[in-house]
Amino acid sequence: MNMIKRFKVSFSKIFNKLFKKKGACIGIYGPPNAGKTTLSNRILKDWVGSEETMGSVSHIAHETRHAKRRNGVTIETNGHTISLDIVDTPGLATKIDFHDFMEQGMSDVESKKRSKEATEGVIEAVKWLDDLDGVILVMDSTENPYTQVNVTVIGNMEARNLPLLIVANKVDLPNADPGVIKEAFPQHPMVPVSALEGVGMDSFYEALAKQFG
Amino acid sequence: MQGIQLDLVSEAKISQMASMEKVRYIIDEVRKGKILVLEKGLNPMEEAKLIEMTMSAIQPDVFSGIEMQSYPANADASLLGKIFKKQNSKRLTVIGPANQLKTLKKDRNLISALVSASK
Repeated sequence: MNMIKRFKVSFSKIFNKLFKKKGACIGIYGPPNAGKTTLSNRILKDWVGSEETMGSVSHIAHETRHAKRRNGVTIETNGHTISLDIVDTPGLATKIDFHDFMEQGMSDVESKKRSKEATEGVIEAVKWLDDLDGVILVMDSTENPYTQVNVTVIGNMEARNLPLLIVANKVDLPNADPGVIKEAFPQHPMVPVSALEGVGMDSFYEALAKQFG
Repeated sequence: MQGIQLDLVSEAKISQMASMEKVRYIIDEVRKGKILVLEKGLNPMEEAKLIEMTMSAIQPDVFSGIEMQSYPANADASLLGKIFKKQNSKRLTVIGPANQLKTLKKDRNLISALVSASK
């Protein structure tokens, strides 16, 4: 290899090391049953294209009890291409009572096991906050958005000066009111979607590219 | 007289404590069945730490966690606020045992809660 070629290769390696932009690592957060895993699965369905899913979904809270990461999800929107590492996190909560699971028909043993795993999942989700480049905060449009979980996640992103995108999910439900969410947190961008039905996803991907691209 | 102990905690008392001390103090008091009203609440990182430590303290039939409510921070719409993304000051926070304190209504400027003597 002549001198010029060797110089080119070395320069290219150094340049890539210094300036190559790796995919941002984005956490999907929210209270239990807001639709975080449904949104994650929808993203994979739209952009990975295979049968791959992030996790199972259930009407019983705390179905996701371990954070799951999917690297290198490439999203193309409006002529922009972004690559993201997506982390689907367990639902954040300040209380977990195993009796709530028993009311859903689970046995005493199953409920206590789920409760213990759910507490561990919340701890894992909180710890992930230190390692993210941004957060998608999923809220249920049929619920009051002024929950402590929402306030704490938004506060943490603002304190860290990291980008945040609020997703007002479940707009397919008749009592959904995404306007209340916008009114509650006007300082952050908000996109109304139904991750289950695939409604509003184009606007979501545009906002995603704008916030994290 | 039977009832629930309500402690109104001044900013001066809380500000003397390190972050970990604040979180420990809150969990210990709430586990005794007290309701705490903090004049100025925790910062967001401390709130996250409180959630984390609460999860570690949960025991079936003994302690199911906390109910915590604070107001969302006010967006600083001024030019300087937008440029420097000034962090807003902490606001009043109410914290109690999840099985005795229930939030009835919460919006930007009102927290309405029900305190129950029975566990």
